[in-house]
Amino acid sequence: MSITVTLIIQGLAFLAVAWLVMKFGWPMILGAIEERQKKIADGLAAAEKGQQDLAEATTRAEAIVREARDRARQIEDQASKRANDAIDAARQTAQSEGARIVDAAREEAVTETHRARDALRREYGALVVAGAAQLLEREVDAKAHAQLIDKLAAEIARG
Amino acid sequence: MAAEGESGGMTGYIKHHLEHLTVSVGEGPFWTLNIDSIFFKLGLAALFLGVFLRVARRSTSGVPGKLQCAIEMMVEGIDGIVKETFPAKTKFIAPLAITIFCLVFLMNFMDMIPVDLLPASAHAMGVPYLRVVPTADLSTTLGMAICVFILIQYYAIKHKGVAKFVGEMFTAPFHAHGVVGTILLAPANLLLRLIEELVRPVSLSLRLFGNLYAGELIFILIACMTLGGSLMSGMTWAMMPMQWIAGFIWTAFHILVITLQAFIFMMLTVVYLSMAVQEH
Repeated sequence: MSITVTLIIQGLAFLAVAWLVMKFGWPMILGAIEERQKKIADGLAAAEKGQQDLAEATTRAEAIVREARDRARQIEDQASKRANDAIDAARQTAQSEGARIVDAAREEAVTETHRARDALRREYGALVVAGAAQLLEREVDAKAHAQLIDKLAAEIARG
Repeated sequence: MAAEGESGGMTGYIKHHLEHLTVSVGEGPFWTLNIDSIFFKLGLAALFLGVFLRVARRSTSGVPGKLQCAIEMMVEGIDGIVKETFPAKTKFIAPLAITIFCLVFLMNFMDMIPVDLLPASAHAMGVPYLRVVPTADLSTTLGMAICVFILIQYYAIKHKGVAKFVGEMFTAPFHAHGVVGTILLAPANLLLRLIEELVRPVSLSLRLFGNLYAGELIFILIACMTLGGSLMSGMTWAMMPMQWIAGFIWTAFHILVITLQAFIFMMLTVVYLSMAVQEH
């Protein structure tokens, strides 16, 4: 239990270990710790920034969607308006066309009626003259009575 | 209980356990080397360096392994203590502190190994004496304490300069006004300063040595409870459970002691060093 020269060796060994730890151990471990702390801090900051960006992007996306929806509704309105207009125009055209066709048909029918009536009258006049000639039992001199017959025929045609 | 017997019962057993394995390197009792203390201290230092430097070399700032985590916890804790206590910036104090703590703890931990296991094994291999706890050897603790003492003086001179260092030896702790008073108080100041400085390595080394020496001695005494007892004797059978319980209690208590002593040695070193760089 006496003090011996051992203490010099023990002391030097102790200092040598401490020196080795300072040189090759301590800075690496503390460096790793500090680097990790920095990484974590950076990561947290980045996460926060990402969250902020996400929120911003969400609001922007919402605005874009809203705008697009408005625009779509506008386009839809415009389209339906135009369609209605087109339908109206078509209806009008069709109506006027129909009316025109009906008028033309009616006019033609009237003309046709007149023509038929004229023909009938003429035929009727001739028949009347023929009948009268037969009643008179003599041949009506066409030349002598042509004036009369024409007058008669005109009267029939007029009536 | 293999190493006892031949040289006289309990006293011989205890004496044998307290004998170092020595090699004489010169004239007189001082010039002997305690081979066992040196061997175990260097072995434990190699173990500590092996683990610590390996982890340091492979340390990653990414996801750390469990061992790296454990060592980082210790490093961060000791770094915090040193930063709190030591006023100046330093590269050496924190590694010194962790070296003291780990090395002293490992050396103290040799006390946890059953007291006869290693000496008896060594005896079987032809080694006559073996003490396995280097901190229960005053040479080890005093060697470390003297290193701490030298470091204290080195840091004091480095931070204050030689003039101020010498000046403080004569003018603190008693301050006087005027030249005559200063000269009158100088011897007292120097004396107090010398006592103050010299008492530190002594108390530092004796505290650790005393705790561990006493602890080892109590383990030896517990081992003595059934020393030389015959299996035919009823006393042996009565003592066996007692010995087991006593051994258990003392081991459990000693876990606290060895950790605490390692911490105290480290803490006091840091405190002494920070006192050395502060002005009086």
